[in-house]
Amino acid sequence: MTLPMGRAMRDVFGETVTELAGRDPRIVMLDADTASSTKADMFQKAYPERFLQMGIAEQNMLGVAAGLATTGFVPFVSTFVAFAVVRPLDQIRVLIAQTGLNVKICGGYAGLFTGATGKTHLIVDDLSIMRAMPGMVTVAPADDVEASQVLRWAASYNGPVYVRLVRDATQRLFDDTYAFAPGRAVVVRSGRDVTLISTGTQTPRVVDAAEFLAARGIEAHVLHVPTLKPLDVEAIVAAAERAPMVVTVEEGTVIGGLGGAVAETLSERRPTVVKRIGLQDVYGESASNDQLLELYGLSAVRVADQVQAFLETRNSAGHASHAD
Amino acid sequence: MTTTAQDPEIRRLEETARRIRVGIIRGVNEAKAGHLGGPLSAADILAALYFHAMRIRPEEPDWPDRDRFILSKGHSSIGLYAALALRGYFPVEELLTFDRRGSRLQGHPDMTRLPGLDMSTGSLGMGISAGVGVAIGCRLAGRDARTFVMLGDGECQEGEVWEAAFLAPRYGLDNLIVVVDHNRLQQYGWPGEGPYDRQPPAWPGELAGKWSAFGWRVMEVDGHDMAAVVGVLDKAVVGDGRPVAIIADTIKGRGVSFMEGRYYWHTRPMTADEFATAMTELGEPVIASAGGAA
Repeated sequence: MTLPMGRAMRDVFGETVTELAGRDPRIVMLDADTASSTKADMFQKAYPERFLQMGIAEQNMLGVAAGLATTGFVPFVSTFVAFAVVRPLDQIRVLIAQTGLNVKICGGYAGLFTGATGKTHLIVDDLSIMRAMPGMVTVAPADDVEASQVLRWAASYNGPVYVRLVRDATQRLFDDTYAFAPGRAVVVRSGRDVTLISTGTQTPRVVDAAEFLAARGIEAHVLHVPTLKPLDVEAIVAAAERAPMVVTVEEGTVIGGLGGAVAETLSERRPTVVKRIGLQDVYGESASNDQLLELYGLSAVRVADQVQAFLETRNSAGHASHAD
Repeated sequence: MTTTAQDPEIRRLEETARRIRVGIIRGVNEAKAGHLGGPLSAADILAALYFHAMRIRPEEPDWPDRDRFILSKGHSSIGLYAALALRGYFPVEELLTFDRRGSRLQGHPDMTRLPGLDMSTGSLGMGISAGVGVAIGCRLAGRDARTFVMLGDGECQEGEVWEAAFLAPRYGLDNLIVVVDHNRLQQYGWPGEGPYDRQPPAWPGELAGKWSAFGWRVMEVDGHDMAAVVGVLDKAVVGDGRPVAIIADTIKGRGVSFMEGRYYWHTRPMTADEFATAMTELGEPVIASAGGAA
C-alpha cells in the first residue's frame, strides 16, 4: 500500500534542464564545483559553452547569475542548498530578490537525504528563509514527476525562483497526468477526520501515513503544498474547513516553513489548533535516510502515530471542555 | 594619441567633474543625509567614464550593446546620479529628490526604479560579481560591450571581491574593467597618525600587487588627473585577454578643502556655512532657497 519509488530528483534535474537548454539558448548553468553530485554535469556534456564553472565561490556565483540575467540569459544556479541559499543569502536578497532578476536557484541535497553529510550540509530552514524573502517564488516538489514540471515552469517564468531538490530517489506521488500549477496546492487524498498538510518529498510519506491511519479507522484529508510562496491560502482555509483538525508535516524545521505558513494563514483566516510535525528547532546529523526519518518522526508510521496521538489529545480536550 | 590638460576635451571633462561635485554637494545638502567623501573622490573618474569612455545612449538606457557601469561602492550613489543626470538620463533638478520618499534616487542605487542603472548595489563586494556576470553574458551573446565596475578600496576587504577577482581571469574577461577608487579612507577604519587621521585600508602599492597576483592587467593612475584618467581608460579598453584593474589614487572628499582626507566626511550633514564654503570652493554661486535650482 505504500507508494512506489520514483527516480532520483537530481537525475531529473540534470536531464530536464539540459532538455530545456536544447530549446532555449538563453539557459545557462552555473555550478560551484558540485556538478558531479547535483548532475548538472549532464548539462555540461550537452552544452559545454553554456556550462559556467564558478569554482568554490558561491557568493560570487549568485552575483554572476544576476549579471548574466541582465544580459538576457536565464541562469540556473546549482549546488547543494547549503551553498546555493544559505551562504550567499545577502547576494540573493540584494541582487536577485530585490531586483526581480530572472535567476533560478536550484538547491540540491535539500531536506534530510544528503548522503549522511551531517549538520553543516543538512539545511533545515531553507523554506523558512526563502519564503520570508519578498519577491522569491519558493517551490518544493514532491517527486520526480513534479520536479520536472516545476523546472519547466521555472524556465518559462520571468523572475527569481527557488526550487528545492533532493539527492536520492524518493517515492512517486504523481503520474504523468499531473499538471503542476504555480501557487496552487493539490488535494491528494480526501477525508473528514483530520487535515494533513505537507510539502516537498515529505508528501508521499504523508500519503502513506494516511493509509496507515485509514487502517486505524481515521480518514485523513491530505493537501500537498508545492509552492510555499505564493501560498495557496484559499486551499489551506478550505482544507481546514473540511477537516478542522490540522497537522502540518515537513522535512525541515517547524519554525517559519510550511508549519509556520499554515499557522499564520489559519490564525488570520480561520483560527485553528495546528500541530506541526518536523524538526523541532534542532539541527540534523549524519545517519542513513531511514534512521533520520525515524529520528525526526517523519517516516509514514511515525507520522501516523503522531497524528493519532494528536487526535486523541484533541478529542479528550474537547470532551473535557464539554464537561465543563 | 596622448591627451594633455590643455586639450579642450580634458577641460570639458574637468568642468563636467566639477559639476558632478556640485550635484553631490547640492543633493546631499538637500537630503540632509548621504555620503560625501566617496562620491567626491570618484567624481573625476565618473566624468571620464560617462563623458568619454563609455558607449551609451542616454535616450535608450536599455540599448543591448551599451557599455555597462556598476557602482559596487553603492554608497557613492549621489556621484553616479549626478553623472547620469548631467549625461541626460534624467533632469538635473531631480538630484534634489535624493533620498526622499518616492524618489528614483534611492540612498543606494536601485535598478528597478531608475533607468540607466545597470545593477542594484549597496551591500559591499557584490557589484564586481555582477560585473563578471555581465561581462560573461556580453561575450556569450557576442556583444562588443565593455563592463566597468567601480570598487572602493575599503570594499576590497570583502571576500567576495576576491572570489570575483579569482574567477574573471579564468574566463579571460578583457571586456571587464574594474576601477578601484583608492581614496585611502573608509567609514572608520583603524586608528592612525600622519596625513590622515585614520589609517588607510590598504598600503601604497599593496592593492596593485594583489590584483596583479590574481592575474589581472593592472594600471595605476592619479584619479584626479583627468588627462591621465582618460589615457588609462583608453588603454584599458584595448583588451589583451585579461580583465583590467585600474588602481586610481584619489583623495577622499576631493574638491572641498575641509573634507579632503578626513574620514568623518564619509557621511555627515553639512551646516549652512559648510555648504556655502563647499559651493564657493567649487566655483558655484550659492542659491539660498531650499529647493533651489540645480
